[in-house]
Formats: sequence, C-alpha cells, structure tokens
Amino acid sequence: MHQWDFSPVFSNLDFLLLGLYHTFLVTALALSFGIPIGLALALCRLSRFRLVSGVATFIIEFFRTTPPLVQLFWFFFALPILIDVRMTPFVASVATFSIQSSAFFAEIFRGGINSIERGQWEAAKAIGMSYRQSLRRIILPQAVKRMIPAFLERSIELLKTTTLISTVSYADLMFQANELAQKTFRPLEVYTVVALMYFFLIFGFSYASIHVERFLAKSGESTMR
Amino acid sequence: MSAEAVVEVRGLVKRFGDLEVLKGIDLKVREGETVVLLGVSGSGKSTLLRCINFMETPTEGRVFESGKLVGTEKNGRMVYRERELCALRTRIGMVFQHFNLFPHMTALQNVMEGQTTVLRESREAAEKNAIEQLRRVGLEDKAFEYPARLSGGQKQRVAIARALSMNPRVMLFDEVTSALDPELVGEVLKAIRQLADEGMTMIIVTHELGFAYHVADRVLFLDGGEIIEQGPPAEILVKPETRRAKEFLEGHSLFKLPD
Repeated sequence: MHQWDFSPVFSNLDFLLLGLYHTFLVTALALSFGIPIGLALALCRLSRFRLVSGVATFIIEFFRTTPPLVQLFWFFFALPILIDVRMTPFVASVATFSIQSSAFFAEIFRGGINSIERGQWEAAKAIGMSYRQSLRRIILPQAVKRMIPAFLERSIELLKTTTLISTVSYADLMFQANELAQKTFRPLEVYTVVALMYFFLIFGFSYASIHVERFLAKSGESTMR
Repeated sequence: MSAEAVVEVRGLVKRFGDLEVLKGIDLKVREGETVVLLGVSGSGKSTLLRCINFMETPTEGRVFESGKLVGTEKNGRMVYRERELCALRTRIGMVFQHFNLFPHMTALQNVMEGQTTVLRESREAAEKNAIEQLRRVGLEDKAFEYPARLSGGQKQRVAIARALSMNPRVMLFDEVTSALDPELVGEVLKAIRQLADEGMTMIIVTHELGFAYHVADRVLFLDGGEIIEQGPPAEILVKPETRRAKEFLEGHSLFKLPD
C-alpha cells in the first residue's frame, strides 16, 4: 500500500506555481497572437483572389495536419539552422503555438463568417458600407458570438497541448512537475497535484466562459437561443 | 418635361454565365415618380432593381444617377470603383424581401448605423434622425427593441426607416411584402404609400397588384428580360395589350379592379 505524503509537494509549491505561471503565459501569448493571425488567415482563405486563398489554405492545412510536437521541434532545432536566430525555448514555444493555434482559429473564424446569412452582407452593402465596414460592424460581431463555444474548446485544447513544451526544456508546469518528481521521488503526489492544477485552471476558464455566453445571449442574438 | 431623371438605365444587359437575365433594358425614372415592375418570377425584375444600385454588376449597358454616368469607361468597357459604388448606394436606398435587419442591434441602432459608420455623422445627429425616421414608419415606441422581438411587418418598417435614414434620392423595394403574413402586409404597404405621397422617387417590385394600381405612376411589365409593356396602371392593369401581360393578370385572379 502506497503511503501518501504530500509534504514534499507542498513545500515546493512555489516551484510548481512558477511552472503554472509559465504555462499560463505561453497560452495567453499564443492566444493573443493566434487569434488575430487566425482572423487574417481566414479572411485570406475567403478571398476571391485564388492565389491569396490558395496560400492561406495551404498554411492552415499544413499546421492542422502536422503534429504539434514536430512543429515545436522544427521551430526549436531546425529553424535556427536555416536562419540565424537564437531560439530560446520560450520563443520557440510561443511561436509554435501561436501559428499552430492560428490555423485552427482560422477555421473557426471562417465557419463563423460563412454562417452569417448573405442578406446581412447585402443589407450592409445597400447602406453604402465597404467590405471592411461590413465585416467590422455587421458580420464579425455576429460571427464571434456564434464562435465562442468553438473558441473555448480550442483554447482549452491549446492549454493542454502546451505540456509539449516541457520537451524543449521550457519550465512550464509539466516540466516543473517532472523535475520535482525526480527530486522528491514522489511522482504520484506530484502528478496528482499537477493534474488538479490543470483541472482548476481549465475548469475556471470554462466556467467563466459560460457567464460570458449568458451575458452575450442577453444582447440580442447569440448561440444560446 | 424638364423633370430630371433620377435614375436612368440604357441598354442594360445582365448575364449569369450563359443565362441572359436582362436583354437590353432602357428605363428613365423621373424625380418623384413611382414605378412598379411586374412580371412572373424569372422575368428579371429583381435583377433589374439590383443592377440599379450595383448589388449586381451589369454585364453591359450604362446606369446614370441624376444625369451622371456611374463608373468610368475604359477601352469600351465599364470599370466600377468600389468607393464610387459605396457612395452611390448611400443615395439609393434598398429594402429587401427578408428585411435583413442587423440582429445584434436595436431598431434604433439599425437606423443609426449607416449614418454613423458610412456618413460619419455624430451619434447625437444620427440618433435624432433615426428617431425621426422610426416615427415616419410609426415605430418610435419600438426604438429599443431588438429585431427578434419585432413582428415581420415591424421589421420591414424598421428596414424602410434604415434605408430612409441615409436620405436617399430614390428607394428600391424588392418584393418587400412577399415574406410577410397576409395580415402584416397592409402596414408595410401603407408606409410605402405614405412615401409616395411625400414625393419620394421609388422603384418597386411587387406582386400586390391592387397596391400597384393605387401607388404607381407607371407600371412596367417584364418578360424574359425585356420590358414588353409600360404605361399608367389604369391602362396596363386594365387593358394589357400583350398576351403575356394578359396571362399574368389572369393568373392573379384575386386581383379585382375597383369600379
């Protein structure tokens, strides 16, 4: 029978919390780059210029179909050979997950934009709006509301995928957990605590988002009808 | 007859692939005139309307707005700049069959949107005008409702107010009562008729022949992408000359002319 002893974990809690902070940081940065890049890719893919939409489609499909671990290794180990950059694990991680998640966000944006009836574009056009004005004032506000559940799902997925960055020795929560488990010989306790940390982080995120959705539901049309 | 043509169309042809929907339309609409387009579905009447504000780009022909050619001619072909067309559409209002209100905005915001975003007017001025336009269609008490809480007839009247808020020189109505329950048609037609009385220039596609009879200064019959007959409603709707127009009117057996 295993004798549970959490004291080595709790005495090193700051060590794990630093990892949690790093996990959170990489996720937040990947989201803040990934969402705008995703929107740009989606708009390019929807472009009526074949070349533009073709290039965007290729980028999106490439990053959706290759394993994130391969992408991470490519950015961290291969890219510095091609171009003269010094890749820190942090930069490689943020770059990989920004681009990787942008490919998925692009598809969410595209789906959201396509789900808006043609009549909305026409009504915007009929009062003299340009493409940009229509998109910004009429189409995106409606599309984004419909996209929120998919956005959320994807963000949670991203947060979980960031555990891969421990493989390039970036001190995220997973990396810190591995270190601590080896140092204290208490893997069971360490990974239990870490699992709970991920759980509360993601559950809190998901819980907050339900409130956001409810709030949006009050202002007219939303996904919750 | 010095009245200026607000909208003029010359030799308008529209093709979708191999399908020729409009086969050379000539049309002049004078200031204050109400023109009603009739014809079976597929006759090209909606397409004609949509070519006037460039929701569709004409394949051939010229469109003039207040005597000025829309677009520029280059090597015998018309070139249209997006900026010019956007500006044109602010002067040509359009109302659609399916209302197309912006569901994420209140009635008031729907009517303000074009003024603030496109015409760059201040919020105060836009709001004042929006309330005025909603009053014009009898809906000032619904200003703060979202479209989802309005009836079809109310939605369509908000859509009319939204188009009017841009202070257009001409209004296009594309089968605006076709999606409405019969009991809601009247309120929308009343609003349009009131506009006609105020002297608004209008081009209307409708299946409401009784309404056409009362509101139109001129009725145009379209068939197979051509205008086959036109004139005052009392002539066209009572004594049509062409066989196709006769058939069309007989098809609308419910239409009874007033004595």
